[in-house]
Amino acid sequence: MFKLETRNANLWYGEKQALKNISIGIEPNSVTSFIGPSGCGKSTLLRCFNRMNDLIENTKIKGEFLLDNTDIYDMDVYELRKKVGMVFQKPNPFPKSIFENVAYGLRIVGGKDRNEIKDKVELSLKNAALWDEVNGILNKPALSLSGGQQQRLCIARTLAIEPTVVLMDEPASALDPISTSKIEDLIYELKQKFTIVIVTHNMQQAARISNKTAFFYLGELIEFDNTDKMFTNPQNERTQNYVTGRFG
Amino acid sequence: MRRYSYTRAKLTDRAFKYVALSFTAFALGVLVVLLIDIFSKGIARINWDFFRNLPSRHAEKSGIMTALAGMLSLLFFTIIIALPIGILAGIYLQEYGKKNRLAKLIEINISNLAGVPSVIYGILGLTLFVRILKLGNSLIAGALTLGLLILPIIIVTTREAIRAVPDSLREASYGMGATKWQTTSKVVFPFALGGILTGIILAVSRAIGETAPLLVIGALVYVPFIPEGPRDQFTTLPIQIFNWTTRPQAAFIVNAAAGIIVLLLITFLLNGIAIYIRNKWYKKIRY
Repeated sequence: MFKLETRNANLWYGEKQALKNISIGIEPNSVTSFIGPSGCGKSTLLRCFNRMNDLIENTKIKGEFLLDNTDIYDMDVYELRKKVGMVFQKPNPFPKSIFENVAYGLRIVGGKDRNEIKDKVELSLKNAALWDEVNGILNKPALSLSGGQQQRLCIARTLAIEPTVVLMDEPASALDPISTSKIEDLIYELKQKFTIVIVTHNMQQAARISNKTAFFYLGELIEFDNTDKMFTNPQNERTQNYVTGRFG
Repeated sequence: MRRYSYTRAKLTDRAFKYVALSFTAFALGVLVVLLIDIFSKGIARINWDFFRNLPSRHAEKSGIMTALAGMLSLLFFTIIIALPIGILAGIYLQEYGKKNRLAKLIEINISNLAGVPSVIYGILGLTLFVRILKLGNSLIAGALTLGLLILPIIIVTTREAIRAVPDSLREASYGMGATKWQTTSKVVFPFALGGILTGIILAVSRAIGETAPLLVIGALVYVPFIPEGPRDQFTTLPIQIFNWTTRPQAAFIVNAAAGIIVLLLITFLLNGIAIYIRNKWYKKIRY
């Protein structure tokens, strides 16, 4: 059974078709990478899974999108987004304290008990491998952290609402190599508990962290297979050219 | 050749700096002369009695108590009326309303309203509040008129402050399953509050100085009592000052100068408080 699945997904931004007949199934407790040149639809597809595209005017969506075999359009969109968390390309912590950033999600679901919130904040920061760096400065502003720390804070913030899926849209593209490798280690840890889908432009990153890789080109899913096969023995010529760096 | 034009560019650069400097100095100079003039005439007149006395036909017995009380009550009611409406309208137009042609038209019209001469608002207030709604030349009629006058300023600056909130913060909030109301109240509004406060500073400063619309709706020039409720008649400090400057006796000119000093200090004080709050706020969100 797939954790996330799309069947014949099509999406238009105005007149422009961004996704063409995409059918893909994502296995639970795995890391799936979406790769492909800019504008190929990989981020668009990622944003379909938690209905973030609903926020963009003039978007038309067709096809089926399933979470645990339930159509996500039959679910309450706010409930869906609590189950399918998202980490964005640029770290976007709120201009609040470190603590309040992580507590935000707990407060919007109505968490009132102070000790419970405190415990969950600590747990989430530990899960995001940030606790040791911020323990004792939780009341400091989140924006005083470094870029890499901010991104891990955003991951902690997402983990706090206990999703089952975490979508990551180029989470390390704005970070230096050391911060990037910390995020990658973290993703490796997180797949024990979560299903992770990550969009990346970094081929080595996809190869290092993901179980499966999907290659997109001009809104179409060209190839989807186990990561080692995608990088060593791709079936499609376009995939081969892309992963070897001949185009894209 | 190149060297020559480079020196020339440097000269132009320097010349522009001094021209700009001299114009600034001129503007400041005029202001300083005005201030010195007013302070030298009026400062001696300011004493406890000046604040405590009622207006009188004897200049030296005349005071600003009723004008000051009238002005502060008027400001109080104006803010109570205009602030919630203006801020909510601004939030609605920017965050909730659809961005179609009607919205564009409304936006342009609100900006235009901010530039309409204040006398026009006075005429509107006279017709609508004083006559049709039969509020008379009361404090509440004045507050409603001034409220209308500053409403566009509050709406426009609120919209701009809301627009300046990065979309990435909204996405972060929606991405965690927050509703529109949660996102607006917990993320967007707190972030925009600094800018909204700036709008309030501008609006209140504008309201303090207004005389014309209040004269049109019939604010009195001579009021020997402090307004006790919103239906009472009133006068304000700018009207009192205007009245004094029209008197032929020199002693009233001294009163006017003293009144201007008080008005300036109040404006300074209110702006200072607002700027202090705003800076404190910016520190909290920017670091």
